[in-house]
Amino acid sequence: MDKVQSPDTAPRQLFESSGVKALLDQLDAELIGLAPVKGRIRDIAALLLIDRLRQAQGLQSQPPSLHMSFTGNPGTGKTTVAMRMAEVLKQLGYVRKGHLVAVTRDDLVGQFIGHTAPKTREVIKKAMGGVLFIDEAYYLYRPENERDYGQESIEILLQVMENQRDDLVVILAGYKDRMETFFGSNPGMASRIAHHIDFPDYSEAELMQIAQLMLARLNYSFDDGAASTFARYVGLRRRQPHFANARSVRNALDRIRLRHATRLFGSDEALTREQLCTLQAQDILASRVFDPRPEALAAEGGSR
Amino acid sequence: MRITQGTFSFLPDLSDEQIRRQVEYCLGKGWAIGIEYTDDPHPRNTFWEMFGNPMFDIQDAAGVMLELAACRKTFAQQYIRVTAFDSTHGTESVVMSFIVNRPAQEPGFRLVRSEEGGRTIRYSIESYAVQARPEGTRY
Repeated sequence: MDKVQSPDTAPRQLFESSGVKALLDQLDAELIGLAPVKGRIRDIAALLLIDRLRQAQGLQSQPPSLHMSFTGNPGTGKTTVAMRMAEVLKQLGYVRKGHLVAVTRDDLVGQFIGHTAPKTREVIKKAMGGVLFIDEAYYLYRPENERDYGQESIEILLQVMENQRDDLVVILAGYKDRMETFFGSNPGMASRIAHHIDFPDYSEAELMQIAQLMLARLNYSFDDGAASTFARYVGLRRRQPHFANARSVRNALDRIRLRHATRLFGSDEALTREQLCTLQAQDILASRVFDPRPEALAAEGGSR
Repeated sequence: MRITQGTFSFLPDLSDEQIRRQVEYCLGKGWAIGIEYTDDPHPRNTFWEMFGNPMFDIQDAAGVMLELAACRKTFAQQYIRVTAFDSTHGTESVVMSFIVNRPAQEPGFRLVRSEEGGRTIRYSIESYAVQARPEGTRY
């Protein structure tokens, strides 16, 4: 990906020949929805290609700052995309090694004086040449506890994010309102993050697509009755509390597989491949989500 | 007198860019990088002090260069070397070690003659720096 381009290549030709088109198509196929994310990756890829043409003309081309912040509700794909981002940036040639180091506050902050700096530096050293993903970044900053060492970790991160921009990409992630508070109290951090990307909740059609994709990967499929029943299930479940988008869909599919297995378990005849792969409407209808009685839905714990 | 211990010791000092490329080569082979320092230049001094832990899980040379910069800041006037450890079965030893920092003045060695019984003389060498001052204040 580091070949010097001749200035006569058209951008569209370069788009295909450099492998960037294949990369974006793969992203489109494997990640459902997430339009703002895909848009941003497309922009970064476009900048990369134009930069190559500029270099061919002898113009300056400085790589952009790539630090990002992902905000959104649970289950909207923040961690998944961060992992893909490391691969994508490596393929685009913006990071050297493309490995991802995922940490939370506990990996960065120490328990006693003098513990935080070495801990944070170790993590940063490991992440150099790749992407550092900090989940629930707002826990780093605890203003109400003056003995908290999170601030020290933030300061080290700020320094590295500024001075070693071409060695390391930092991605912060968390819920939108709490990240906003975090950035509000750390303007230095906010100014170093070039890309604030919000992950919207998935629509019902997108959740259906995600379910189909997950099932295909596990070698299952819905029959027609099951597909429409699942669409109804998603519609009902969305309105209930604690809905975690793709994660809830994955949990639901796991429970459906359990019921499917139980249904087939008592059979006296050998099972066909067809039977082993196909999920039916009755596997879905057993869920409490379809139970019209209010006390069934309000019951603590248990499955849906 | 420049001590010539380890790899590349007969070449002029390596630049940071060259050190980085050597480290990338080692990481590419899956070797663990360690940084060590000492102020006793005797050629039989094999065990130098370690600066931090050996870096087993580092993917990129930038992390090592950070550590090296910290070591140079702390021990600017001591010898610092980068070692690479190969842990494959059958080898399990240091396969590469090169000096990346030297004190400004290296006074060299003197010949020590010790007389044993029957007028036998045993010869050894001793560094002028080690003879003159205790550890930590030599350079």
